[in-house]
Amino acid sequence: MTQRISINPITRLEGHGTIEIFLDDAGDVERAYFQVPELRGFETFCLGRPAEEMAQITPRICGVCPTAHHLASAKALDDLWQVEPPPTAVKLRELAHNAFMFEDHTLHFYYLGGPDFVVGPTAPRSKRNILGVIDAVGLDVASRVIGIRRAVRQMLETMMGKVIHPVFGVPGGVSRGITEEERQRFLEIASEAVEFARFSLTVFDQVVLENKANLELVVDEGYQHRTYYMGMVDRQNRVAFYDGDVRVVHPNGNEVAKFHPREYAQHIAEHVEPWSYITFPYLRKIGWAGFVDGPSSGVYRVAPLARLNVSDGMATPLAQAEHDRMYETLGGKPAHHTLAFHWARLVEALQAAERMQALLTDADIAGRDIRTVPTATPSEGVGIVEAPRGTLIHHYWTDPQGMLTKVNLIVATNHNAAPIAMSVEKAAKRAIHGGQVDDGLLNLVEMAFRAYDPCHACATHTLPGRMPLVARILDRRGELLNVIRRDRE
Amino acid sequence: MAQERFEPRLVGFLCRWCSYTGADLAGTSRIEYPANLATIRVMCTGRVDPTFVVKALVDGADGVLIAGCHPGDCHYGEGNYKAQRRYWLLMNLLLQFGIERERVRLEWISAAEGDRFARVVRELTETVRTLGPLRWKERVEVVA
Amino acid sequence: MAKPKVAFYWCASCGGCEEAVVDLAEGILPIVDAVEIVLWPVALDFKLEDVRGWKPGDVAVAFINGSVRSADHEMWVNLLREKCGLVVAFGSCAHLGGIPGLANCTTRDRILENKYLRAETVVNPQSILPQLQTRVDGHELELPELWNTVRRLDQVIDVDYYLPGCAPPPASIATAVQAILSGNLPPKGSVLAPEKSLCETCPRNRAKPEQFTIQQFRRIATSVPDPEKCFLAEGYACLGPATRGGCGERCIRGNMPCRGCFGPTPDALDQGTKFLAALGAVTAGQTQEEVATVAATLADPLGTLYRFSLPSSLLGRSVSDKGAER
Repeated sequence: MTQRISINPITRLEGHGTIEIFLDDAGDVERAYFQVPELRGFETFCLGRPAEEMAQITPRICGVCPTAHHLASAKALDDLWQVEPPPTAVKLRELAHNAFMFEDHTLHFYYLGGPDFVVGPTAPRSKRNILGVIDAVGLDVASRVIGIRRAVRQMLETMMGKVIHPVFGVPGGVSRGITEEERQRFLEIASEAVEFARFSLTVFDQVVLENKANLELVVDEGYQHRTYYMGMVDRQNRVAFYDGDVRVVHPNGNEVAKFHPREYAQHIAEHVEPWSYITFPYLRKIGWAGFVDGPSSGVYRVAPLARLNVSDGMATPLAQAEHDRMYETLGGKPAHHTLAFHWARLVEALQAAERMQALLTDADIAGRDIRTVPTATPSEGVGIVEAPRGTLIHHYWTDPQGMLTKVNLIVATNHNAAPIAMSVEKAAKRAIHGGQVDDGLLNLVEMAFRAYDPCHACATHTLPGRMPLVARILDRRGELLNVIRRDRE
Repeated sequence: MAQERFEPRLVGFLCRWCSYTGADLAGTSRIEYPANLATIRVMCTGRVDPTFVVKALVDGADGVLIAGCHPGDCHYGEGNYKAQRRYWLLMNLLLQFGIERERVRLEWISAAEGDRFARVVRELTETVRTLGPLRWKERVEVVA
Repeated sequence: MAKPKVAFYWCASCGGCEEAVVDLAEGILPIVDAVEIVLWPVALDFKLEDVRGWKPGDVAVAFINGSVRSADHEMWVNLLREKCGLVVAFGSCAHLGGIPGLANCTTRDRILENKYLRAETVVNPQSILPQLQTRVDGHELELPELWNTVRRLDQVIDVDYYLPGCAPPPASIATAVQAILSGNLPPKGSVLAPEKSLCETCPRNRAKPEQFTIQQFRRIATSVPDPEKCFLAEGYACLGPATRGGCGERCIRGNMPCRGCFGPTPDALDQGTKFLAALGAVTAGQTQEEVATVAATLADPLGTLYRFSLPSSLLGRSVSDKGAER
């Protein structure tokens, strides 16, 4: 009887990861472990560096969401030096964040998450990729995605100096503003972005909501966890990406906490396991009860569906309408359907695009007053933003000269570490019985994992959605019984 | 068993116009001083790239001496001032690497100061002897 | 004729180099038409068994990014070196050690302690640390060993070419790939970037004064950089003079000084000490006290001079953290 299935490596994750699945004597899944096999040590090797350099050092945690780290860092630096950026600078930072959010979210949908729905999880492997998406929705799509992505990223490069590892965020503002000419040019791009986000939602409608099999998958119990949710909201409790307080809701939807960024450590704790380098955050006041969901477990989720769940609505009108439609379909708020992360992601992309448009319509964003120079003595600062993949927390302590003495970072995907493990295990239990393993297993496990968009989206036009998976099935003595491969065609 | 006394290996960058001549004077005057210093003649301490100092330490030196003309006397005018600025910047850097300041010494020794040269070498040898061997390559996982 | 095969792999990487390839946008189409990508963990299916099954020389070129800091990375890069005709160190981490290389100012044990025992939000009453081998509920699990010292790629395997930058600009990626595909390559061991320093092409070079003296170093945190003046002349520690050009001066155009990600010019053995040599010529101070005072205003020399290149410095790593020695 088979005992252990190793999935190595997991791909489309920034960094490396593996999944180990253990079967009981009946060949059913006993446990599944999601392991992160690497650690680089940013929180330690930053000590002794000048705090302002963190805005350029921390983006190297992740080259896919460097903008999120850059802006969380800039906010932490503002707090550290007790300085408020002028309104133009805040608008510029918020514009950069929304533009990046839009670009990253749409990329994930078309190249990574989307294909599972567009062509269906049981479609042939050769179709579960962007080529299959093109077949389903037309040739235009790929070039539109490449085109809008290129336009937005060039805009970001102009604003931030670099798009991969930005430089413009500094304590008290930004180093570079935009000209009136740039504002008008970017406004056109923003309008295209809004149209593209709306188009993407109609694609989702056509290939998911109007497709019975896909819709059933989205609402399937096997892909649900009744967890707490966490996300940032503005003063009206609407979804906020750049600034606000952090709100936590109970699995039944009631608010259980709403806190200023400086108070995050009172609410979040991290659990350590000896078998992974990643830590497992949980709600401190509820406590760690293991890899389980429910109101007695401190496990919570972040990122698109979570953000929508904790909010009273979206901050922009078109997105708000989509938000209402989504919850009506899913049967109310909060929604626990892991696969609905894909839907919420597109609703967020639309808000991000609408925010870009609103910010660029305001001529003040091309203003010259982009910096307030700090004068206070620094000691401690916290900055939080919502990265595409979840709540991103930067916390710095320094000496009076602003040299770092201590650093605490809780990075978006980190919050979802326990949920990812749980989703993978649940999907595996749903799929594997009696020791039988096949291609369907591999894809269903992937889908549970991929919904969280673990930190790396990559797109070339020939990117196939084929996950490189090998399931090696060993017997009790560790002898190889069978190998199921997902081959490249 | 008696332990062999640690003999520091020192490298000295001596400027041709002042300090190297001063070292020569120590020799012709038969002034005794420790044989631990390997000398390298440079035209001016302004020629001493901090890279040389670091390379010496990495390649086996336990200490380094940089010796040049007194301020105001540099044959090329500014060279020794630059050496002094580089020296201070380098010392702050080496501290972060874990290398003690006392291992690298900057001195002004004129052509007439043979006895001063001998004294400096004596002092540096004893200072480094007390600090112990640097053995940099052994202490780090340096790959060639 | 069969298309040449190309492999991409990542070690201790942030994924920015992968994004840089994607940022080729439409420019990637001719490349993808001309090659067959046989390995790219971020994007394509691959198997360790597949790579093991390649015959040496089957694959024309491997682009490897990320620094090498674990037994797992070491295994992978050795395997790729064995199987691939050329190996290109892609990006600052593979070329120089990169920002993860800053871990060489501390130790692995300190990193583990800080993260799992002393972190602000970690609750770990049993002082659990990740283990290379664990038994959980009767299940055996493993983690790869992390090294104490981070290495750049050519400290572990033989490297044919280097493509610098954090991340390399898409234009230089396209040029490098075309050069490799057409066989039009410089001598082995070349860095695929200009040989002159950044100052040569910097938009602020014209405005740089012939002579200037830095009275004290300034930090961006507490000052406002002039958008047109030479950073170094204004007292910011801009590593332009000690850094290769070819990056498009993106940081400078973002009104921020250079941090040296393209690495040193060909003549420099050590990017950091070479920059110090330059600073000695332009800083103020006649007496020892004056000089010491000016020098003290340069905050964090190690982290500033070796932001991307600590594993490539002559010294290689710091020993000042307790337990740093092997």
